Amino acid sequence: MQEIRNYTINFGPQHPAAHGVLRLVLELDGETVMRADPHVGLLHRGTEKLAESKPYNQSIGYMDRLDYVSMMCNEHAYVRAIEQLLGVAVPERAQVIRTLFDEITRILNHLMWLGSNALDLGAMTLFLYAFREREELMDCYEAVSGARMHATYYRPGGVYRDLPAQMPKYRESPWTKGKDLKRVNAWREGSMLDFLDAFTDDFPKRVDEYETLLTDNRIWKQRTVGIGVVSPEQALAWGMTGPMLRGSGIEWDLRRKQPYAAYDKFKFQIPIGKNGDCYDRYLVRVEEMRQSNHIIKQCVAWLRANPGPVMVQNYKVAPPKREEMKNDMEALIHHFKLFTEGYSVPAGEVYAAVEAPKGEFGAYIIADGANKPFRLKLRAPGFAHLSAMDEIATGHMLPDVVALIGTFDVVFGEIDR
Amino acid sequence: MSDSEIRFSDRLRERFADQILRVIDSVDGPTVEIKTECWLEVARALRDEAEFRFEQAVDLCGVDYLGFGEAEWDTSDVSGEGFSRGVEGFGPGRFNWSERPEAAHKEQRYAVVVHLLSLAHNRRVRIRCFAPDEGLPVVASLVGLWRGLNWFEREAFDLFGILFEGHPDLRRILTDYGFVGHPFRKDFPLIGNVEVRYDAEKQRVIYEPVSIEPRVGVPRVVRDDARYDQARSESAARAAGK
Repeated sequence: MQEIRNYTINFGPQHPAAHGVLRLVLELDGETVMRADPHVGLLHRGTEKLAESKPYNQSIGYMDRLDYVSMMCNEHAYVRAIEQLLGVAVPERAQVIRTLFDEITRILNHLMWLGSNALDLGAMTLFLYAFREREELMDCYEAVSGARMHATYYRPGGVYRDLPAQMPKYRESPWTKGKDLKRVNAWREGSMLDFLDAFTDDFPKRVDEYETLLTDNRIWKQRTVGIGVVSPEQALAWGMTGPMLRGSGIEWDLRRKQPYAAYDKFKFQIPIGKNGDCYDRYLVRVEEMRQSNHIIKQCVAWLRANPGPVMVQNYKVAPPKREEMKNDMEALIHHFKLFTEGYSVPAGEVYAAVEAPKGEFGAYIIADGANKPFRLKLRAPGFAHLSAMDEIATGHMLPDVVALIGTFDVVFGEIDR
Repeated sequence: MSDSEIRFSDRLRERFADQILRVIDSVDGPTVEIKTECWLEVARALRDEAEFRFEQAVDLCGVDYLGFGEAEWDTSDVSGEGFSRGVEGFGPGRFNWSERPEAAHKEQRYAVVVHLLSLAHNRRVRIRCFAPDEGLPVVASLVGLWRGLNWFEREAFDLFGILFEGHPDLRRILTDYGFVGHPFRKDFPLIGNVEVRYDAEKQRVIYEPVSIEPRVGVPRVVRDDARYDQARSESAARAAGK
């Protein structure tokens, strides 16, 4: 009898379903995966080492570029770590704004995940729908920070500035005019909070739309039910967090268990899965979008009722207003020292984690009293998830690997750092 | 730290008395420094014993303590040295490969830090152990206890050159194929060592020595003045006012 040997193929790094630059070396027996060896690091930029050579504040912008579909959550972990070391208390309004933007970010991330994962598995429409809603939320990013993605909006001590009183509008152009212009500007007549109100009223209907396309879709279920089953024991042993852990039926959410920002103020539920397969994780993420929408609504109501400062009044950490700087010598000195030298953080170490859309994103800082971190370690959820690839993928068919990469929700900005 | 955390760190001191160096009360909870030879043993106890039950190892990272607490610009006294003098310092990121500081001997230079999480008790702990021989730092691997640490240990090996004894597959993970050196060591230049480009004549990607200059704008300054006490008392006053 002729001997048939396994053969090895390269999946990526230039494969559209590899979600970036994953090189996956697969050992196949026919179409069955016998061994999966992900090669990561093609996007390694040494963020942690770069941070060691810069004052603390100058690295906030790098955080956006780690998990580049959930930007502000990364910033949140980093600034929280600095705040804990400095011992500064963040004003309440800033905490609620952070909660608001963390949840906006969660929806942004899950929309991206839903759209691209569905596209990988053969559903085109959803991708276009998801990007339609992402656009609205990115406008919120732009309204507060000036950048659609890499916001650098959170700062140690609060957020950079208060929410804008006027939501920016589309201007007339050859492509948007007349009736179209009126339609796209319909929500934008008032403040950003009005805009978010309109968005949150509308969004549940949109999620229903996505669910109509997928939840009972036969092809979708054939591709996801029973695929990539992660048992609760496996999820714990592999350090999985976020929807990966909750999909396996473990109710663990840092927003509830170790509350930060203003999450203890608001009501929300934690969806969990039952079977730990791709389909359950899909359901968990969709429900999380609904819950995030609910939190955003509550945040908007709170922010309307409670004006106040959004940054600590401590000039050793946060810069004074420019207006003040022009008239006050002391304010000028503070301003100058902050932007040339930065602030020195007392020696010590801290690990601060947030429930990012993909799981637990943590920043571990070792400070030695200098104006730059001695060591910064960023704990990316995707890194732990992808490391389980071999164990989860073995025994699956080749096309299921695509479903698995999708369900892990990998983004190489954070995995390679 | 809250009362329950202080009780917990006392409990850690009691339970592991002769296996640990010390327990530090950090702002976010206890940090346990474990003797290198007891690393695996203590980690196993932390995972299995009912009062600890740290089911998850959230993170593992290497640390290089070379140059810890050193500044480039002395601010402790009045001096004739201006801020710009600091720029001529020799701190991290300011040297290239040929000028890199020859590894100054430092006791306890490399360390491995692990963050553990107990879902059952909703508690975190940080454990650290120093790698004894700085020429060839070796620490026991924890992959047998938490499978998920596999890649984290590979990363620490790749970036710091810390060897994990008993690791099933200790390959480089983040750096390039065929990379030389361990880039996160403090004596590795920030600008790196080689650069890559596509050579149109040779029709392939080639490696060359780096052409960029080291450039770090802001000097490393260590300040230990009253401002943080002030910030802390302000925040305490605010908390008391609530």
